[in-house]
Amino acid sequence: MSFSWTRVGAIFHKELRDYRRNRFVLIFTMAFLPLVLVTVPTIQLFTISLSATNKALDTRVGLSLLYLLVIPAILPATLSAYSVVGEREQGTLEPVLITPIRREEFLVGKALAILLPTLVIAYAMFGIFLAGAALFAHPAVSSAVFERSHLLVQLLFAPLLAGWSIWVGIAISARASDVRVAQQLGVFASVPPLAIVALMSLNVITPSLPVALGLAAALLVVDGFGWRAVSAMFDRERLVTSRHT
Amino acid sequence: MTDEDGVVASDDDGGVHLSPDGERATPALVVDHLTKRFGDRVAFDDVSFEVGYGEVFGFLGPNGAGKTTIVRTLGTLLAPTSGSAKVAGIPLTAATGPQIRARISIMPELPGLYLRLTVAENLECFAGLYELHDSHERIATALRAVNLSDRANDPCGALSKGLRQRVGLARALLNDPAVLFLDEPTSGLDPVAAHEVHDLIAGLRERGVTIFLTTHRLEEAERLCDRVAILNTTLRQIGRPKELREQFFKRTLDVRVRAPLGEPAGVFAQLPGVEGWEQATSGAYVLTVSDPDTVAPGVARALVGAGADILSIVESRHSLEDVYLELMDEDAEAMRR
Repeated sequence: MSFSWTRVGAIFHKELRDYRRNRFVLIFTMAFLPLVLVTVPTIQLFTISLSATNKALDTRVGLSLLYLLVIPAILPATLSAYSVVGEREQGTLEPVLITPIRREEFLVGKALAILLPTLVIAYAMFGIFLAGAALFAHPAVSSAVFERSHLLVQLLFAPLLAGWSIWVGIAISARASDVRVAQQLGVFASVPPLAIVALMSLNVITPSLPVALGLAAALLVVDGFGWRAVSAMFDRERLVTSRHT
Repeated sequence: MTDEDGVVASDDDGGVHLSPDGERATPALVVDHLTKRFGDRVAFDDVSFEVGYGEVFGFLGPNGAGKTTIVRTLGTLLAPTSGSAKVAGIPLTAATGPQIRARISIMPELPGLYLRLTVAENLECFAGLYELHDSHERIATALRAVNLSDRANDPCGALSKGLRQRVGLARALLNDPAVLFLDEPTSGLDPVAAHEVHDLIAGLRERGVTIFLTTHRLEEAERLCDRVAILNTTLRQIGRPKELREQFFKRTLDVRVRAPLGEPAGVFAQLPGVEGWEQATSGAYVLTVSDPDTVAPGVARALVGAGADILSIVESRHSLEDVYLELMDEDAEAMRR
C-alpha cells in the first residue's frame, strides 16, 4: 500500500473540524493570542520618536515585526504539541492506528492541519499590521515598515518557522506522556530559530539577503526532512502501550 | 478443526466456514505459538488457535491475562516476540501491517470517539482512512446496523456511554471487515445497554461476520460464542462451551424428596445409567448419570416404587463460569505450589 493522500485528507479535515468546535483553540489560540501579538507592535509604531536615527528607527520597526513572527512560531507549537499525546489521552489514537493509515500519512495530515490555519492567521495579522502602518503611521515609519527586507523576512520566515515548530512539537508530542509538559516543551523548542530571526530583525546579525536566504534554506531543509525524523520517533507500540521499548 | 485439505470445518453441523471470497483453504485467523513479552514480563505465551470464517470466537480471561495484548498483536499494533500468525489470510509481519489493518476492524474497550464531532463526522473520518469510495452509503449502512440512523448529526459528546459504544461498533463495521475484533464491548455498560450490544453482536453473527470477542463476562461468551478459549497468559482451554462444561463436570441429576429415603442405595445403585450417588442434605441426592434425559424417568419410577414423595428431579446445570472458576482455581493452586 502506497502513500495515500486520501488518508492524509481524512486526518486533515478531522483536525480542522475539531479546531472549529474547540472554543479554547478558536478563541484563545487562534484569535486572542494573534490579536495581542499584532496589537502590541502596531501600538509601538505610533510611539517611535520621529527624531530617532535611521538605524534606531529600523531597530524599532524590526522589533515590532518580530512580534508578528512569534505567531507562526508559537501558535503551531501549542497545537502540534497536543497532536499525538492529546489524542492518546483522549483514547482516540488507538482507533486511528488500527486503520491502514501509515505513520507518515498521519503525521503529514496533522502537520498540514496546523500549517494551514497558522499561515492564514500569520499573514492576516501581518496584513492588519501593514494596513495600520500605511494608514496611520508617520510616513518615515511607514516606509521603514514597507522596506523590502522586512517584507521578505515576514513572508519567507512565517511558513519556515511554522514548519520547525510543527515538527518539533509533533516529535515532542509523540514522546511525551502528558499534554501540559508537551506544550511547554513545544513552545520552548520553537524559540531557537526565532532567536536567530530576532537577531536579524534587531540588526545584530546584518540582515543581508544572503544571510536571510541561507537561514531560510537551512530551515527549509530541516522542515523538509522533519517528517522523516518525526516518523522514526513515532512508535505505535509505545504509543499504544505507554511502554518504553 | 482443520482437516487434511486445510478446510475449516464446523464441528457439529458438518458445514464449512468459507472465507468471504468463497475460499475454503484458510481460516480467518491462524495463531501459531505466538508469544509477547514486554521486557521480563510475559503478556501471553505460546498461544495457538484457529478461527474459521463466520465463527464467533470468545477469548476469556481475568484482567491482565493478555487478551487485549493478543488483539493488539493480531491487529498489528504490537509486534510479537516469537511465533507466527495469519490474519484474514495474510501473514502477520511488519510489512503487511497496513494490508491486514485494511481487512480487519478492532473495537477497543473504550470507543475513542472525537467528542466534538458528530456521529457522521466521526464515521466520515474513518471512511477516509479506509479509502472507501462509497463512504456515504457505507456510513448509512453501518448506522442502520446499530440503529443509530436518527442520531447521525448528534455530537458524540452528547451521547450516552451505550450509544457511544454503538458508534464504535458502527465505525468497526465501515470497512466490512473479514475479522471483527471486539475488545470487552460491554465493559462499563449498564445491563440494558449491554443487552443492546449483545443483540447487535448476535445480529452480526447471523450475517456471518467473523467475530473475535474478548470478555470477562462469561454469560456473554456463553450466549454469543460458537467456541471459547480461556487464557491466563497461556491458553488454558479451548472448545465449545458445552464441551468444556462436559469436560470439567460430570452430568448429574439433583433429586429432592419430601422425606429422606430409608435405603437410598437400594433405590439408586441398581438403576441403569446411574454411575454413582451421594446424599447432599436430608431428602436431597445427587446422582452422577450417563445421560440425564434417559435416566430421569427410571429414577422417578424407582422413587415412586420406594414410596417416596418426589419434590423435583432436575439436571444440574454447570455454567461456563464454573469451568472458568475451576481453571482459575487450578492456576491459583499451581502458583501457591
